[in-house]
Amino acid sequence: MIVEVENLSHQYGSRKALDGLSFAVPKGQIFGLLGPNGGGKSTLFRILATMMAPSEGKARIGGFDVVSQPQQVRRRIGVVFQTQSLDRKLTVDENLRSQGQLFGFSGADLSRRVEDALARLRLADRRSDIVDTLSGGLKRRVEIAKALLHEPEVLLMDEPSTGLDPGVRREVTQHIEDLRKTRGVTVLLTTHILDEAERCDRLLLIHQGRRVAEGSPAELKAKVGGDVVVMETSSSDGLAPQLRERFNVDAQVHDGHTRVEIADGHRFIATVVEAFPGAITSIALHKPTLEDVFLDETGEQLT
Amino acid sequence: MTFWLPVYTLWRRDLIRFWRERTRVAGFLGTPIIFWLIVGSGFGDMGFFYPGTLTLTVMFSAIFSMMSLIEDRREGFLLSMLVSPAPRSSMVLGKVLGSSTLAWLQTVVLLVFLPLAGFPITVPLLLQLAGVLFLIAFTFTSLGFLFAWKMDSTQGFHAIMNLVLFPLWMVSGSLFSMQQAHGWMQWLMRCNPLTYSVSAIRRLLDPSVADGSPALPTSLMVTAVCGIALWMASTAVARQKSST
Repeated sequence: MIVEVENLSHQYGSRKALDGLSFAVPKGQIFGLLGPNGGGKSTLFRILATMMAPSEGKARIGGFDVVSQPQQVRRRIGVVFQTQSLDRKLTVDENLRSQGQLFGFSGADLSRRVEDALARLRLADRRSDIVDTLSGGLKRRVEIAKALLHEPEVLLMDEPSTGLDPGVRREVTQHIEDLRKTRGVTVLLTTHILDEAERCDRLLLIHQGRRVAEGSPAELKAKVGGDVVVMETSSSDGLAPQLRERFNVDAQVHDGHTRVEIADGHRFIATVVEAFPGAITSIALHKPTLEDVFLDETGEQLT
Repeated sequence: MTFWLPVYTLWRRDLIRFWRERTRVAGFLGTPIIFWLIVGSGFGDMGFFYPGTLTLTVMFSAIFSMMSLIEDRREGFLLSMLVSPAPRSSMVLGKVLGSSTLAWLQTVVLLVFLPLAGFPITVPLLLQLAGVLFLIAFTFTSLGFLFAWKMDSTQGFHAIMNLVLFPLWMVSGSLFSMQQAHGWMQWLMRCNPLTYSVSAIRRLLDPSVADGSPALPTSLMVTAVCGIALWMASTAVARQKSST
């Protein structure tokens, strides 16, 4: 296990941001921490990136403790922050070289690393551009290039897709996938975006600093029984009591939408529309999403 | 891990940024020069106010340069420094040396006014002044680092400048000599570290000056000790592990 987290807790004053969290990530995996904003993901990220010491518990990367052996950990991790961490007044090339020098590289070794990084992220023709003049997508690419310069074993990414348009988002995801394939890099990312979470090998769902569920996206979605039927009704209680009584289903109301998880949802729709003529104003069926998993486990919405 | 490579990187980075934004810098250099021209001419003694003017310029530009640390924090660049394996001590030194160099460059320019202040331009004098001005710049930027590390806005920085540094400068022998001052004021001046920066410059310009200011070796010693102490304090502050 290249990343090991044991019983990690952190408190800001009286507020518990992390509450006894444990998980492990094997080498070469794309591991996602999925949860709503403010759920403890950023705290966890900061602790793993050696920027902050936890109140309790241990975290190790590559076998080194993030608190007592930060230097060893820093050599093994590449960090991509949610906010940008580039020097906006310097060129792409200057940013990469500065980063390399902070890691102690110089001369031909540094030049090779910079060329590699520029080529891998297809930034070679942008090398002399001042970062301030780049688009958001290009900046993110430079961030990733910078994080990879020292060939880290683990890439930590905080909300890599947030604030990017869908095209760039796809591109970033593609880069992450390539890295894992070609270099065996382990990727640990935080996200609250379903698309991004779907592409992870394994997910840990976090809510209020606690583990909610863990598994591959498919495993997690399989926990939800069958199909999900969501309806809007003209009745103030969302027909939930009647549905429970007549169909023996677990109907839940969230934000004015009545939600039922059921096998063979298409049959259920036909029956239920017949059963309550005029009371249902809209009805839809979908295959379970990670959003449904989160809702089932926490009773709260992810986004 | 080499110690000096990150120092060089951060030093060079500050110089590049300064060069690319040089138009932003010119403005605040005007204040000390205007002060000098008006007060010096008014009292008919350009020479007396010259050391204070140089000190004020170093002080302004050192503090102004160190604001880049607050920008680094706000813009996120500081984050990537913090998660790199570069030692904190070399990070601090690189940042302090970068800002010192900028402050120093902006002050040595004022040495062209030496003749106007009534002093000759000679190579030894220029070298000595340049050296002392760098030492003072280093001291002020280390002080600036200490203040700037925990700050996330530049407003607090202006307050420190106006409420702490500027009053200290006024009682440093820049505006009146120790000899002219009352007994209690003399003591205040003697306790003021800035007095030693001003007297170091004054004594270099005119070794025979008899105004009650501290001797050259004492002045240099106090300034150097302050600089090193502030730099060490900055390193200690930057090493602290955050818990928030």
